[in-house]
Amino acid sequence: MARKLAQLPQQRCVACGCCAKACPLGAVTVYRGLYAQVDAGRCVGCGKCAAICPAEIITLVSREEQL
Amino acid sequence: MKKKHWYDWLWVLSATYLILGFFNILFAWLGLLCFFIPLLLSIFGKGKAYCNRYCGRGQLFELLGGRLGLSRRLHTPGWLRSNAFRYGFLIFFLVMFGNMLFTTYLVFSQTRNLGEAVTLLWTFRVPWSWAYHGGVPAWVAQFAFGFYSVMLTSTLLGLVLMLLFRPRTWCVCCPMGTMTQLVCKVRKGP
Repeated sequence: MARKLAQLPQQRCVACGCCAKACPLGAVTVYRGLYAQVDAGRCVGCGKCAAICPAEIITLVSREEQL
Repeated sequence: MKKKHWYDWLWVLSATYLILGFFNILFAWLGLLCFFIPLLLSIFGKGKAYCNRYCGRGQLFELLGGRLGLSRRLHTPGWLRSNAFRYGFLIFFLVMFGNMLFTTYLVFSQTRNLGEAVTLLWTFRVPWSWAYHGGVPAWVAQFAFGFYSVMLTSTLLGLVLMLLFRPRTWCVCCPMGTMTQLVCKVRKGP
């Protein structure tokens, strides 16, 4: 399991879908045009979504911190 | 490498649209598609499919800023990414859009003459008569000049944001994006 995971505050997401497009593993999807959501099971923490997000709200967090 | 879809080429249409406006302003009417398609998609439960897949302008910024490397990728100021600015800009945009529709009405009612100019950034009137060849009622042409002004202004703003910040920074404050997300929020309910 990857050590890092992408995370974002849903209320600040503009649901543009740049992250979903950038994700090489299809781990990010836009939920009903409201916000992006990350599938923790698929995310490998590569950071591509965080680098492209125009709202600059995606951060990579350690999975250990999550638990 | 991800599979390319037909809709990944829609940036060609967006670029063509902007170019056509330099030759015949009446093509500006086609821009209404970029207005109605996103709204209809969100109203009929497709979420922000337009932003996510079909937005040619977003793809154009992605191409210029991303693949061609024109974006400086500076840190975007916080106020530009705030919800207050997003909604404030949407209101401003709608007011200016209403103003454009009112001007069209004035020309329709013959209270005002056709202005063969494109207004950039809601302020600067640029003579554009070379792209108008007559043959339609004055109000039809007036709407075309007005609508093209909206499209060109927002593209220019988007390009500046693309050059300075991340390629699709325009998406953060794009009035269409804000509007479609609002529709999705209303559909979801409290």
